[in-house]
Amino acid sequence: MMKILFPGLMVIILVGLVFMGVQEANLHLLFGITIPYVAISIFIIGVVTRVVKWSLSPVPFRIPTTCGQQKSLSWLKCDCLENPSTTAGVIGRMALEILTFRSLFRNTQTELKQGPYLVYQEEKLLWLAALAFHWSFLVVVIRHFRLFIEPIPGCLSLLCSLDGFMEIGSPVVFLSGVALLGAVSFLLLRRILSRKVYYISLPADYFPLFLIIGIAISGILMRYFTKVDVVNIKAYTLGLLSLQPVIPTDVSVIFYIHLFLVCVLLVYIPFSKLMHLGGIFLSPTRNMANNNRLKRHINPWNYPVKVHTYEEYEDEFREKMKKVGIPVEKG
Amino acid sequence: MAKEPKPQEIISQINYKPPQKAWMDIPVEIKEGMFCYGAKEKSLQTLDFPNARAWSVLDEDWKLPEKWDKIVLEGMAERLKKYRSFKIFMDICVRCGACADKCHFFLGSGDPKNMPVLRAELLRSIYRKNFTAAGKILGKLGGGRKLTIDVLKEWWYYFYQCSECRRCSVFCPYGIDTAEITMIARELLNLLGLNIEWIAGPAANCYMKGNHLGLEPHTIKNSIDFLVDEIEEKTGVRVSPTFNRKGAEILFVTPSGDLFADPGTYTCMGYLMLFHELGLDYTWSTYASEGGNFGFFTSMELAKRLNTKLYSEAKRLGVKWILGGECGHMWRVINQYMDTFNGPADFLEVPTSPITGTEFTNAKSTKMTHISEFTADLIKHKKLNLDPKRNDHLKVTFHDSCNVARGMGMFEEPRYVIKSVCNNFYEMPENTIREKTFCCGSGSGLNASENMELRLRGGLPRANAVKHVQEQYGVNMLACICAIDRAALPPLMNYWVPGVDVTGVTELVANALVMKGEKERTTNLRGEDLSWIEDEESKSTDETQIRV
Repeated sequence: MMKILFPGLMVIILVGLVFMGVQEANLHLLFGITIPYVAISIFIIGVVTRVVKWSLSPVPFRIPTTCGQQKSLSWLKCDCLENPSTTAGVIGRMALEILTFRSLFRNTQTELKQGPYLVYQEEKLLWLAALAFHWSFLVVVIRHFRLFIEPIPGCLSLLCSLDGFMEIGSPVVFLSGVALLGAVSFLLLRRILSRKVYYISLPADYFPLFLIIGIAISGILMRYFTKVDVVNIKAYTLGLLSLQPVIPTDVSVIFYIHLFLVCVLLVYIPFSKLMHLGGIFLSPTRNMANNNRLKRHINPWNYPVKVHTYEEYEDEFREKMKKVGIPVEKG
Repeated sequence: MAKEPKPQEIISQINYKPPQKAWMDIPVEIKEGMFCYGAKEKSLQTLDFPNARAWSVLDEDWKLPEKWDKIVLEGMAERLKKYRSFKIFMDICVRCGACADKCHFFLGSGDPKNMPVLRAELLRSIYRKNFTAAGKILGKLGGGRKLTIDVLKEWWYYFYQCSECRRCSVFCPYGIDTAEITMIARELLNLLGLNIEWIAGPAANCYMKGNHLGLEPHTIKNSIDFLVDEIEEKTGVRVSPTFNRKGAEILFVTPSGDLFADPGTYTCMGYLMLFHELGLDYTWSTYASEGGNFGFFTSMELAKRLNTKLYSEAKRLGVKWILGGECGHMWRVINQYMDTFNGPADFLEVPTSPITGTEFTNAKSTKMTHISEFTADLIKHKKLNLDPKRNDHLKVTFHDSCNVARGMGMFEEPRYVIKSVCNNFYEMPENTIREKTFCCGSGSGLNASENMELRLRGGLPRANAVKHVQEQYGVNMLACICAIDRAALPPLMNYWVPGVDVTGVTELVANALVMKGEKERTTNLRGEDLSWIEDEESKSTDETQIRV
């Protein structure tokens, strides 16, 4: 239970912190300007450092997990996506993995039934929730660019109008926000209620979920309920971007909560499992072609090893070999 | 040795619901029947491995070197620098749980530490504690824990309960490969002399004598001569293999297990018959007399040390290319490691079938071709006179070997061969074949006898799928292209699915192969009566007459 309570409490404390800071101690400068700058710096430096650190370790062997027919005989149809032998195939495989979560789509759930029979049932819920979560998160992030760009480019406006195509409410409800909150809540509930997933989970698995739920709720509150003044916000964000920051006027504390939680998330990413967003690109079982026998792969730290040579072998067994007529090097 | 439980006992004990207590708080319990004996002093000495000593797994004191924890942590640091895979797989797991019920050892035991995610967490928790800020500062809350002797024993127990089959990596959204993690964990354990004898012994044999079984050159020749006699008795054809012959066109390498025990020997007879029928200019080697590589289950360095014999022997004998027999992990090593370890093999030529002229361009650099690729090409070009009727008493299904499936992707070649030599072929359920195939339960050097319960549990998903096709179609033969399968599957079938036998694919080929100058085959290679063929033939003639 601690592993859920602790990260939950952490997020509540964070919210409390910014509430006290802004509402009581008037630390607008700290929460509105200093922390965002620090957070974005840590995020960029942290992510770059992590990726650089990964890439400093070489890939000594070509070890793709092959999930389809290899390319061998010309008359056998090979599976160029699940078992790519070319760079184009690898790009295709990675695209499927990153954009559609191909591997997660394979998921099954196994039950042992009377008989005994092991039964494998399709289990697409995790895939669906993960897909909804990541795509809606992406749309939400892109949607926020309208606060950072002036004038707003056409494609961004298009995305926003698509996102709000249901035209419910005022301001119009963005589907991505609803989907994000729904998916992230599902993922959290799954982590709490599924005994198996609960068992393998760490506090570090609950923390980002609570954080993102906090971000989503504060965002939704701001847009639909406290109805923050977007013009003020945009003046503030453009100020941040142009390195001439000004504290936004007339914005509620919810805005600061939203902003602060985003900053925490940015700082958290480089030090956590959330780096999977970068790691997937470098995963050697997915991003390599299965052309091992066709093209030699070089291991940069390959070194000579001690071997038992044929000469040593023959010295030991020469007489026995000669006796049964096996040819030898030394008479 | 532990008493073997009854199937019903095993089934009734399996519970996929995890316990209440957190896994970090459950100390490892080393159970009889679930582990292999520790590596012997002599085996480790032969291989120049550290901390060679007499020890027993069940003893409290494992006789570890002083500062063993420092050795392990330094070993981890070194490997984090050497393997991007290790670093990334330590960092990016989100514990989504997709892999949890994909492991055959988990499905057969219900032990949560056999979930791939937790198997990796055994190591990851130590990584976090010692190599990440969160683990250092937050300790257990950050998912870290201290490396203690209990943790080390837990590693030993569970990393020798993983067969490196890579099934979990098919389902992982990031491709995290537990085989890779297990391989590195075993390297770390080997820094302390903590191997199992079933791996260290064969590896030591292979190093000194050229093969896992420790067969000396004259014994290899005698074993094969015995098979030659058997072939003559069954077919009337006398085949004449050569050994260590310089100037042969092809060097043939296969796992030594096939020279020694049934049903592998029948597959071996199949090779001998096939090559004789083709008039292939090939030679066996007694020095490179092992296709398999138990070094691969120990450390990358030992894998390389054993593998080096293939190229060096090919060079000494002056052959043009290498043909490899049916084996699982042997082919992962050849397909994904050999050229990198010991290449370039620029003294060899691109494998080309002397019978069909087909150039195996997919092996252009490694210069080694798989017997199933070679045979499929022969059959496609109609170079073999086959009588599949001789296999009509068999209802065959095919077990994809893990390494050939997920470390190579050879699915169609063996199926094409089987379908060409057998009239009755049935696939097991989709979730249990091809890239989703289940391990035999004994891979990666775990096919000892003292851990039989582990093997029977781990083999349950495979056996259960065979049972399905047995009930559905009356399947009575399980074909495979792996020597460990041929050793491990017969007891597994006997236990879970009595009535199903195990065969290599080349044995099926040889039984269907009509050889030049052969006598009428009254039995197959196993000496089983084939007189029913005549009965059926006369029956079908009768039917034809009636129809006329």
